[in-house]
Amino acid sequence: MSNTVPEIQAIEARHLREVPPFRPGDTVRVHFRIREGEKERIQVFQGVVISRTGGGIRSTFTVRKVSYGVGVERIFPVHSPRVEKVEISARGHVRRAKLYYLRELRGKKARLRASKRESADRVVRAHR
Amino acid sequence: MNTNLGLIGKKLGNTQIFTEDGQIRRVTAIAAGPCVVLDKRTQDKHGYSALVLGYGEKSDKHVNKPARGFYAKAGTKPAKRVLEFRLPADVVAQYEQGQTLSAAEIFDGVQFVDVAARSKGHGFTGVMKRHNFGGVGTEGHGAHEAMRHGGSIGMNMTPGRTHRGMKMPGQHGNTRVTMMNLKVVEVLADENIVLVAGSVPGPRGGLVTLRKAVKKGSAPSVEA
Repeated sequence: MSNTVPEIQAIEARHLREVPPFRPGDTVRVHFRIREGEKERIQVFQGVVISRTGGGIRSTFTVRKVSYGVGVERIFPVHSPRVEKVEISARGHVRRAKLYYLRELRGKKARLRASKRESADRVVRAHR
Repeated sequence: MNTNLGLIGKKLGNTQIFTEDGQIRRVTAIAAGPCVVLDKRTQDKHGYSALVLGYGEKSDKHVNKPARGFYAKAGTKPAKRVLEFRLPADVVAQYEQGQTLSAAEIFDGVQFVDVAARSKGHGFTGVMKRHNFGGVGTEGHGAHEAMRHGGSIGMNMTPGRTHRGMKMPGQHGNTRVTMMNLKVVEVLADENIVLVAGSVPGPRGGLVTLRKAVKKGSAPSVEA
């Protein structure tokens, strides 16, 4: 839940950013800013959103992918200025909010059915 | 003693903000001021120098006659909270009765502050909560009714008494606590809000006093 004190809501509002309405089960491409010494570059992390937690400025999401046979999960703050953008590349049909069960599944079993909701493209376009 | 000028404020609550490079800063938002200089205490008249600051407003209905005269003298509305700030005489001389002090005036460019407030009361608590004791033993081996006790409080014949200052159960919280050297993350001039890094004693909505840090970030003020 986001904060209920009006003054604090105003402070948080300045740091909130617009993000596409992705959900657990969606496959996303997270463009993440990385600083290497003086240089800054953007790294793309693609995977399935398995959880969204927190409210308002504190909200984070977890993205899971399998890289060279090893499961990798990263937690991003939704409103971090280091998250350049989040692209929704596919919508998945899931029946729960936290997809931690995917950790126990491998290969074909770890796939998600495509969502019957509007296609990812259309949702993103409507948001813009 | 902290003889830096400060303000009376209200703790709004905790939140987090992002720095430019994407770091998360945990901050406490404090509504600091605006405060009104209600009166001045001077060496000649009172034997010490200080500013009497008022914060907030309250209805005339809640002010008795003597206090009404006091506010009339300052030419201000009745303040909800009134506190004295002990200050060197030369600092006191810079301010006028009835003058309003904003957060930006006092805290712009200040890096560290000391924040004092009354901590949340926990009532009479045991040693585990109050002093972080570990408790005694386990639930097995015939032990009973002592799991949250403090254990031994001393030796036998020598010294034959319990040392003074032993940590024991008692009142926990509801005391004045000063958090020193809290970093000022941001001063919002328009809203009179100061964001300080970390936590501040007391509940949301509680009264706090902010002063420039005595030990860090600012030159020590000279006693007059």
